[in-house]
Amino acid sequence: MPAPRDPVPTPARPVPSPGGLRSSHYPGRLIVFEGLDGSGKSTQAHLLLKWLSSRGYRAFFTEWNSSDLVSSIIRRGKKKNLLTPTTFSLLHATDFADRFERHILPPLRAGYVVICDRYVYTAYARDAARGCDPDWVRNLYAFAVPPDKTFYFRVPVETAHKRKEASRLRIKYYEAGMDMNLSHDLTESYLRFQGLLKRQYDVLARTEGFQIIEAEQDIEALQREVRSAVRPLLGGFPKEEVLVHGT
Amino acid sequence: MAPRKEETPSGAKKRDGRLFAWHRRESRNKVEKLGFNNYGTRLPGIAPESLRGHLIVIEGADGSGRTTECAMLKEYLEVQGHAVLETGLRRSNLVSEQIDQAKQGHVLGATTMALFYAVDFADQLENKIVPALAAGSIVLSDRYIFTLMARAVVRGASRQWAQHLYGFAIRPDMTILLETRPEILLHRAFGRYGSLDYWESGMDLGISRDRFESFFRYQSLLKTEFDWMTKTYGFVKVNANRTPMEVHRDVRSSVQRLLEGARLETFR
Repeated sequence: MPAPRDPVPTPARPVPSPGGLRSSHYPGRLIVFEGLDGSGKSTQAHLLLKWLSSRGYRAFFTEWNSSDLVSSIIRRGKKKNLLTPTTFSLLHATDFADRFERHILPPLRAGYVVICDRYVYTAYARDAARGCDPDWVRNLYAFAVPPDKTFYFRVPVETAHKRKEASRLRIKYYEAGMDMNLSHDLTESYLRFQGLLKRQYDVLARTEGFQIIEAEQDIEALQREVRSAVRPLLGGFPKEEVLVHGT
Repeated sequence: MAPRKEETPSGAKKRDGRLFAWHRRESRNKVEKLGFNNYGTRLPGIAPESLRGHLIVIEGADGSGRTTECAMLKEYLEVQGHAVLETGLRRSNLVSEQIDQAKQGHVLGATTMALFYAVDFADQLENKIVPALAAGSIVLSDRYIFTLMARAVVRGASRQWAQHLYGFAIRPDMTILLETRPEILLHRAFGRYGSLDYWESGMDLGISRDRFESFFRYQSLLKTEFDWMTKTYGFVKVNANRTPMEVHRDVRSSVQRLLEGARLETFR
């Protein structure tokens, strides 16, 4: 199918895909927030969105939450104990591909600043922690465009867990890595799984060139750091109305 | 990591006996060297040497007589005293319902659909095929990753991406490709359904609004992929423009040779 011409003539980059599913260019910007649960990245992403909107940029927010389709499959798989690391990983890739094809690539092509609360790196870290072949996982996500900026909110596991506890959200089975038999105790398993994830993230930070943000500072200081890193990306970028999605 | 490609020795293509001897030797080398018998990606939690059974795949377009051949081969193998598990695509109970839903609504993009099929395949592989192979059964698969790869590539994915995506699949001991002329497929489709199926005509590709023309062009695109895979993966081609019994005779003799080869190996 022929791609429509980009409406905004800003510096255009090729859209990588599984070998040219779409060969076109996009003028938008992609900013990614990564980190453990309770690292404060969602708060920071929200504040960045507010700032961009107030400055008149066209910004779009999307987060890594499972669609109804996939979460119902996961629920069912859990009940029957059907899910393995491979199917789990593929399910999340399917879900992400759907979100990518709907909510990430179109706004990028329309010239929006797209803010992602978690991106492919979440899958890299999680699937590698579960024992999937890292090269294979990367290939799964080969269709995803590389971000312009990735912030990694680094916190000690204990701090992240305390924040999670304070939020009084129940820890879910897969979030705690209970399928990996790390421990019979949910909290214990959660802490150990988060430790594994953190190790993966720390490696990814080096190999993928994340901007590391030490997330134990106060919220205002963190946001100042984020904004000053985003500012250079917006040179010559068009401002217009704002569209918020996914909250 | 580059996907592992196999080179077929020249001249061996026509003589499938030599071809599958080579194919078996290749897979055995790989198992010994790298400790796996799949296409390059290890499957977490599965010891490849524990899979004692045989995996036989029958590939071919809709209407090439796959299902009939599978049933006949199963019958034959069971008479010979083998435990046989018959399996196919899109029969897993994890996601088949959701795939049907998605197909109805035409809502998912090509990449998403390709990955969705991969979930379904992985689920069947790990929950049905692997346990049966571990128990020493012969698993007879009515279609395998090759159909899924061909469909994805025809819809715009790269061969490399598709190969790597299915890198976790267990390498079949033998893949039989039933080759049929498109005209025959056409007549069989009319005979069975009275019309051409939307998906089997590749209408979602938007090649042509005319279903008849779309069918021919879609089948020829698929054929290109299968020809390429025949070279890459070493399929045993069987001419399926004949009666089921004639085709069965060819299929059976290939499978017999495979199983005899395996028996000799255990004696050694």
